[in-house]
Amino acid sequence: MLQHHIEACAKVPNMKEILLIGFYQPNEELNRFLLNAQQEFKISIRYLQEYAALGTGGGIYHFRDQIVSGSPEAFFVLNADVCSAFPLTEMLSFQKEHGEPNSFVILGTTANRKQSMNYGCIVENEESNEVLHYVEKPSTFVSDIINCGIYLFNPDIFQHIGAVFQKNQQDMLLYPYDGEEPTNGWHRAEAIRLEQDIFTALAGQGKLYVYKTLSFWSQIKSAGSAIYASRLYLNQYHTTHPERLASNKEGGPKITGNVYIHPTANIDPTAVLGPNVSIGTGVTIGAGVRVRESIILHGANLQDHCCVLNSIVGWDSTIGKWARVEGTPSDPNPNDPYAKIDSETLFREGKLTPSITILGCNVTIPSEVIILNSIVLPHKDLNRGFKNQIIL
Amino acid sequence: MKALILFCNKPILLHQVEALVKAGVDHVVLAVSYMSELLEREMRVQEQRLGIRISLSHEKEPLGTAGPLALARDLLNDNSEPFFVLNSDVICDFPFKDLLQFHRNHGKEGTIVVTRVEEPSKYGVVVYEADSGRIHRFVEKPQVFVSNKINAGMYIFNPSMLKIFPVMAGEGQLYAMELQGFWMDIGQPKDFLTGMCMYLQSVRQHAPERLRTGPGFLGNVLVDPTAQIGENCTIGPNVTIGAGVVVEDGVRIKRCTVLKGSRVRSHSWLESCIVGWSSSVGQWVRMENVTLYLNGANVLPHKSINESVPEPRIIM
Repeated sequence: MLQHHIEACAKVPNMKEILLIGFYQPNEELNRFLLNAQQEFKISIRYLQEYAALGTGGGIYHFRDQIVSGSPEAFFVLNADVCSAFPLTEMLSFQKEHGEPNSFVILGTTANRKQSMNYGCIVENEESNEVLHYVEKPSTFVSDIINCGIYLFNPDIFQHIGAVFQKNQQDMLLYPYDGEEPTNGWHRAEAIRLEQDIFTALAGQGKLYVYKTLSFWSQIKSAGSAIYASRLYLNQYHTTHPERLASNKEGGPKITGNVYIHPTANIDPTAVLGPNVSIGTGVTIGAGVRVRESIILHGANLQDHCCVLNSIVGWDSTIGKWARVEGTPSDPNPNDPYAKIDSETLFREGKLTPSITILGCNVTIPSEVIILNSIVLPHKDLNRGFKNQIIL
Repeated sequence: MKALILFCNKPILLHQVEALVKAGVDHVVLAVSYMSELLEREMRVQEQRLGIRISLSHEKEPLGTAGPLALARDLLNDNSEPFFVLNSDVICDFPFKDLLQFHRNHGKEGTIVVTRVEEPSKYGVVVYEADSGRIHRFVEKPQVFVSNKINAGMYIFNPSMLKIFPVMAGEGQLYAMELQGFWMDIGQPKDFLTGMCMYLQSVRQHAPERLRTGPGFLGNVLVDPTAQIGENCTIGPNVTIGAGVVVEDGVRIKRCTVLKGSRVRSHSWLESCIVGWSSSVGQWVRMENVTLYLNGANVLPHKSINESVPEPRIIM
């Protein structure tokens, strides 16, 4: 997922470095990923770990010294859980042409009325594109232009964030939580939300602008959206990286629609793949296998005649012969160009909402069974079929 | 036309008639509620083939179990030979010779074949003396347990009867012979498959050369010579494949009947289904359920079905 962000950043001329900020504990896998990415894109990439979850604004504020070191003119902030065409260069040109010097830009897109209230809503001045009003997840309709979670800032932003930080600190002293020492509230002061705390205040002050894009965008919050995002990226490959898309070849599997197959995957020529399929490294696919609308992660083994639909198959999992691993797609309404993917709750009316089937890593599915709309946690060795269950 | 339904590749009616002929019957009367040319034509063919007489008696309104007897009375011979009466939905080993012998031995007016079932309250239960077989009474669908022997739908009577059964029972003229071996009422699709399994087991014991064996075939499998089976399939146990059926590559079928003219396309998986005449099952389909019955329906690829489809329909 992140690779798309990194690739987009690396494409911007004069990009100096990329900083990943997060609360996750770094591990070998992450370090390896960063190393590979640096080699591939020839740019410095570092991971900065927050000491506590600091919110959408607190992280960049905490590491502001790192960000401004080397005196960059500007910097982009991208949320990791979005899927986008990342029109970063366009945002840069837009800022130079339209905005005040040192103004900030939010990337926006259009949603339908009903769904817009699930996001940050932006009211803009149609001529100047200035942000007049900003509300995060309103309960009534405000605007159909929503915040994509991709921003263009310059070092001035830290003054504004700093102001909020000061205020939080004072609030700590004035209204401490029961029994809490003033010093413990430090990280609560530093936990700053860009949207509610910064944008809402900056709107209408002549400092914040919105650049609207028509290119694809989707939030990736649920498993279902991962497969939808995969489809958007695979579609983008037609223009950006057509060599990455598989095609029908002599002695190869039958390909329908957009399919990505890693060169190290081993696929029987009687298999049928696609549309919207992604096959990872070292995957083995047997005779007569059918895969559609799915992501198969590396090392997975799909045995003869099995059928995988609307699912994510985890690393090193095995699916037995004639087994059926199937999920339910939750795609946005294809007839509405502005519809976005729904973040459905996990349960609805006491039952698990039908959604994409996910197999964790090292899961074994026996032959001839069906796994429908289920989530199987890692390292499970199943002995029968399941429907609409979470298997722990 | 339930009687013409193929059970293990042969119409039930024919299973029954052939067994009767083996016991020495030379005239069969069929009481039908609907006269069809198809039926009449088929019966002419069988008459020739088996060297017997087949008469059709048309019952214009449903008259219950006694109805056909009254209607057929005119067609029945007046000689003193006993006659068999069969319910058309029933399949079993048809021990008609044993039945005739048992009937002659007790010398009374009638014998009913009974069979043991697990859920007697679904049927008509027969209460009789275990050693002699003399029937005491009948209880229709009892709410409390009375007996686990039910009326198996096969009888033999002396021509002098033609009265109603319960009256005969009261006079000690009716006897019960317990059926050994399997019995099934194919009116219920669920029982159809269970009966098929039992019949195939019986075939394995009496005529194993009729079953298909070899790589890709597990357990008891009956395949019509005109059917085609593709490569890398695994068929069985307990499968019947009808005439002209095409099973493509990589198919797995267990405990099913595939009726004639159907096509099962590649990589599909079927368990406990009855696939109706000339149906087509698409690629990578998964079908499982006890009472699944497709009739001329088209199942599109990558579907998973578990409910019955009695009418021609396309399942999306």
